[in-house]
Amino acid sequence: MTSFAGWQMPLRYASETAEHQAVRHAAGLFDLSHMGEIRVTGPEAGAALDYALTGHLSAVRPGRARYTMICAPDGGVLDDLVVYRLGEQEFLVIANAANTPAVYGELRSRAAGRDAVVTDATLDYALVAIQGPAAAGILSPLVAGTDLGAMKYYAGAFGEVAGRQAWVARTGYTGEDGFEVYSWPEDAEAIWDALTSAGATAGLVPAGLAARDTLRLEAGMPLYGNELGPDVTPFEAGLGRVVKFDKPGDFVGRAALAARAASGPAKQLAGLVISGRRIPRHGYPVLAGGKHRGIVTSGAPSPTLGQPIAMAYLEAGAAEDQPDLAVDIRGQVVPAQLTDLPFYRRSN
Amino acid sequence: MSIPAELRYTPEHEWVSVEGTVASVGITEYAAQQLGDVVYVSLPALGTAVTAGEPCGEVESVKSVSDLYSPVDGEVAEINTELEDDPSLVNAEPYTSGWMFRVQVAADGNGDPALPADLLSAAEYEELTKSAG
Repeated sequence: MTSFAGWQMPLRYASETAEHQAVRHAAGLFDLSHMGEIRVTGPEAGAALDYALTGHLSAVRPGRARYTMICAPDGGVLDDLVVYRLGEQEFLVIANAANTPAVYGELRSRAAGRDAVVTDATLDYALVAIQGPAAAGILSPLVAGTDLGAMKYYAGAFGEVAGRQAWVARTGYTGEDGFEVYSWPEDAEAIWDALTSAGATAGLVPAGLAARDTLRLEAGMPLYGNELGPDVTPFEAGLGRVVKFDKPGDFVGRAALAARAASGPAKQLAGLVISGRRIPRHGYPVLAGGKHRGIVTSGAPSPTLGQPIAMAYLEAGAAEDQPDLAVDIRGQVVPAQLTDLPFYRRSN
Repeated sequence: MSIPAELRYTPEHEWVSVEGTVASVGITEYAAQQLGDVVYVSLPALGTAVTAGEPCGEVESVKSVSDLYSPVDGEVAEINTELEDDPSLVNAEPYTSGWMFRVQVAADGNGDPALPADLLSAAEYEELTKSAG
């Protein structure tokens, strides 16, 4: 167990490598109840989110989800978010646990003057995620009221899971097919237990934060605090697509983000595959032609590749000028190979 | 969790097993569980002089990197080369196949190994892991 943003979280249940492989080849079950849930409701809820976030949320149809960001006026990322449109006038914003109070405060102030109500509903929801190629087969027989087979990626629906009310969405943070089940906190244990028994023969195992981190890293997904923060815009992270300049009206950060899009970022997120077994970790320097030209944001042994991998910010042009990349691992200069992100893409 | 009674321990979560004047060293099951899956072990070279309480290597797991301390004074006489290919032995069998290095310890006047006085018994080590939560 570990303390994480005020929550007691399982770092691992047994072996994080085995948990990682279970998600890639069968399924893993995650307790993600620490994630923040912020409800935005009312006739102008969509317009309020269009102004508050980088995405065009009013154009999202009910029952669909978007990956988006909330930026400061200077374009710096305050958090990355998944937003579900639960209904015509109801949105659920999923924030990182550590950022939830800040995101809630910003959404409230940015919605001021509009006919929309912003509520921090984090404690109204438990979140259990089932991820992996076997997830749909395990979850489907337990679901009533919606057809999981027909549910698209980044869609969601109200239904029942093991007889308990839930919002079930085909979303996740692992690079695999999978579902996230939002329920009342008092129903979460029953849902967890039902999934555990239903998945036992299919190889479902409980998985902790450590496996979640290596899974998202292989899938090239950013983590707030590592790849994302107030000192970077979505463009440095290679996620400029989440900034919807063509939506109507102004939004917080528009001018700064437009300038950044026009000038091109001074640094860019890159994928590195490392020789040997030592792990490049957050904050280690990246060398190009022997000079310090970047910094590792996340690193781990990749169970899929069998080699250490890392995401790193490199100064623009560094890799082109000097293809000899290396990471300084506590004084030892270890060669690194530049590679396209993601490191892993599922085949189905 | 296993804490074999016949071994001696350190507050840095190493175990020591002494035969004659050779001390075998590894990390405890408690340490291995706290670290998570071990992916790389950097051991001192043969012949290195090691000092009790001083770092002499590194243990890397998926989530962290920790210094490996020598629990005794002496000279490294043998290292577990199996760990190069299979560092997961540290998690699977921390007290047997997951051992790390052996130290030739100087003998005292009676021919007994000169060990630091502050090595912990199994009971004392268990107390320490409990108070660490």
